Amino acid sequence: MISLAGRDILHHWTKYVFTGVGLGLLIGVTLSMAGIYRGMVDDAQVLLRSSAADIWVVQQETLGPYAEPSSVRDDAYRALLGMPGVADAANVTYLTMQIRQGERDVRVMAVGFEPGRSGEPPFLVAGRGVERSHYEVVADVRTGFRLGERIRIRRQEYEVVGLTRRMVSSSGDPMVFLPLKDAQEAQFLKDNDAIVNERARTVANPGLNRPGVPGLLDALLASQTSSRSVNAVLVKVASGHDAERVAGNIRRWKHLEAYTWRQMEDILVSKLIETSARQIATFLVILAIVSAAIVSFIIYTMTLGKVRELAVLKLIGTRNRTIAAMILQQSLGLGLIGFVIGKTVATLWAPYFPKYVLLLPGDAVRGLAATMVVCAIASLVAIRVALKVDPATAIGG
Amino acid sequence: MNRRVVRAVGLAVLGLVLLTGFVLLMVRSGPLAPVRVTTAVLERGAFENAVFGIGTVEAERAYAIGPTSPGRILAVHVDVGSEVRAGQLLAEMDPVELDARLAASRAASARAVHALASAGAQVRDAEVRQELAARNARRYASLGERAFFSDAAVEAKRQEADSAGAQLQAARAQLDAARMDLQRLDAERVAVERQRANVRLAAPVAGVVTARDAEPGTTLVAGQSVLRMVDLASVRVRTRIDQGRSGGVRAGQAASIVLRSRPGFAVAGKVSRVELNGDAVTEERIVQVVFDELPKDFAFGELAEVTIATSRGADVLAVPGAAVHEQDGRRGVWTVADGATAFVPVRTGEASLDGRTVVLEGLQAGDRIIVHSERELRAGERVAVVESLEGMRR
Repeated sequence: MISLAGRDILHHWTKYVFTGVGLGLLIGVTLSMAGIYRGMVDDAQVLLRSSAADIWVVQQETLGPYAEPSSVRDDAYRALLGMPGVADAANVTYLTMQIRQGERDVRVMAVGFEPGRSGEPPFLVAGRGVERSHYEVVADVRTGFRLGERIRIRRQEYEVVGLTRRMVSSSGDPMVFLPLKDAQEAQFLKDNDAIVNERARTVANPGLNRPGVPGLLDALLASQTSSRSVNAVLVKVASGHDAERVAGNIRRWKHLEAYTWRQMEDILVSKLIETSARQIATFLVILAIVSAAIVSFIIYTMTLGKVRELAVLKLIGTRNRTIAAMILQQSLGLGLIGFVIGKTVATLWAPYFPKYVLLLPGDAVRGLAATMVVCAIASLVAIRVALKVDPATAIGG
Repeated sequence: MNRRVVRAVGLAVLGLVLLTGFVLLMVRSGPLAPVRVTTAVLERGAFENAVFGIGTVEAERAYAIGPTSPGRILAVHVDVGSEVRAGQLLAEMDPVELDARLAASRAASARAVHALASAGAQVRDAEVRQELAARNARRYASLGERAFFSDAAVEAKRQEADSAGAQLQAARAQLDAARMDLQRLDAERVAVERQRANVRLAAPVAGVVTARDAEPGTTLVAGQSVLRMVDLASVRVRTRIDQGRSGGVRAGQAASIVLRSRPGFAVAGKVSRVELNGDAVTEERIVQVVFDELPKDFAFGELAEVTIATSRGADVLAVPGAAVHEQDGRRGVWTVADGATAFVPVRTGEASLDGRTVVLEGLQAGDRIIVHSERELRAGERVAVVESLEGMRR
């Protein structure tokens, strides 16, 4: 049996392929937009995964540490360690800042962690972890830092000893992991000029700089430059204990806010990135509708362009079923070519996006199904037109 | 017809190639691709460990030199950086009335010496008088027995003699009082002299002046310092080491000190003392590290990075620290079995500063383990072993 659709395509194959490519690029854009949305959600969740915590303990009445600023005394973890069901508690700090690298500024999220405890990078792609308690960092490869490079954070120089990957903040800034004490200093200690000015102000205050009380001024100045806070305490729950209950205990007795994994995910995904994610999602929906419309129009016009051939077919007595099958096959073929090209280009250009683009296989399958359905529906309209063609058109003008 | 067949075949081949390319692309990249990892083979070998800490250069023996009583500074004889001998005069406080009081005290002392001499002479005079009166009394008494004198005359002489004795006693008591007076005034004079000496501020030991806190004319309260000095023999780096890693530190261990002013230039030293008192707030142990040879230019309060060599083993099984992961509360490493990952729990020992962790049990020499991976691994995942992942930019 001769495939009518195949014959027709062979006849106009350049036109057919170019139409497929155009369609493919459109589908590629739609898939990428879906990838951007998924990537955005994944960026928010990667924080949770990298923390490897069951409970986040933060300042009371705040949605910290990611969605709101939070400050907890750095000895609070000791009290938490004594709570029933707490297997481990580790201090962490988070600070989004700019780091200079040669000519350019890199925007990073500096994570202060205690080596060997929760909050450290879960895997490395090169180098080693932080072993010294000062002046070493592990950086995300997206920062562009290389092993052995020395970077400056506030007043100290740090050596990049390890590289990790896909460690970003919820806004997509790559992370830099540094020892907790250094991170506290970077976050809470003022710059040198500020310290000097503050000292001068204190010295000029006659109430504080009293000649009859030697030592008072020194003590005051020393107390001004100490920093004893962290942003959150990551708690691991001992096996056999319910995270919800442990978090409830912490909330009740320690006057701190405690979020479980589920609550924190809720905060990150549905609060922190809510508007921007909805923005992308809305655009994705519009793009999908526009794509579907364009696909339908292309198939419709393609059929319209073949009115004379269809009339000839009808004239020689081709059955309606054969004509309908031809149009449907062509339409589905066009959809398939479009999807393959779309998926290919989306995969190829995904790494060049500045933020993470996550192309899920499930999304691809859904995209394929949607393309096929849209193509089938579009072909129905085209088939209706084709079947209505008057065979006389073949002979007449 | 022939051309048509060629075109059909050509298009079919082209389509097939494109489809194969598409499938390959899907399998090679994205979530379906195997995880790229780097591996290492375990070997037994030498293991050296060290601990790292941050310290400040300080003098253990520092002296604040100031007056013991309120006063005004008269003169400061040395400046910051001066090297001073033990006992050298560094500064003087204004003595105000002390000189006049010293002169008065000295005069009073001298006068007391004279008063003592006068009292001595009076005693001698009383003695002579008493001797004469006693002799007369005895003479009258013996003549009175023979009735040469009346009883009244004898009694009068005896009374004279008794009176002279009492006068002698009084004179002796006066002599004692004058002697005591002299002692008292001498002591007072010494006290004033001491006070006078106290306004001269001298160096307690040999050392270097590090601060000049007050200038002549300034009024100070007791306890405020005029100058501060340190004993250069007691210069050390007060090093703070994380409690969690301070276990192996002992006095006598070799240390290398990098002063912040000269990065990359290590100075040799050694641990002189591990302090018994730690810092409970910062959770750090305090270790005193001395320089083998004191650097020429350093500043007190300067930051220093101190690395102390703690332990070494000759035949130790160690893995790169990046290979050790925690999975469901257990520490272990990932290995590759039939192209897929498997988690092997291990018991780990200390971690060295160069990023190696000692494996106590769970692995043998010759085992191949995963060190780096492009993402977090799960059990049973397909992996592709590559030489290095360092070139990754995303």
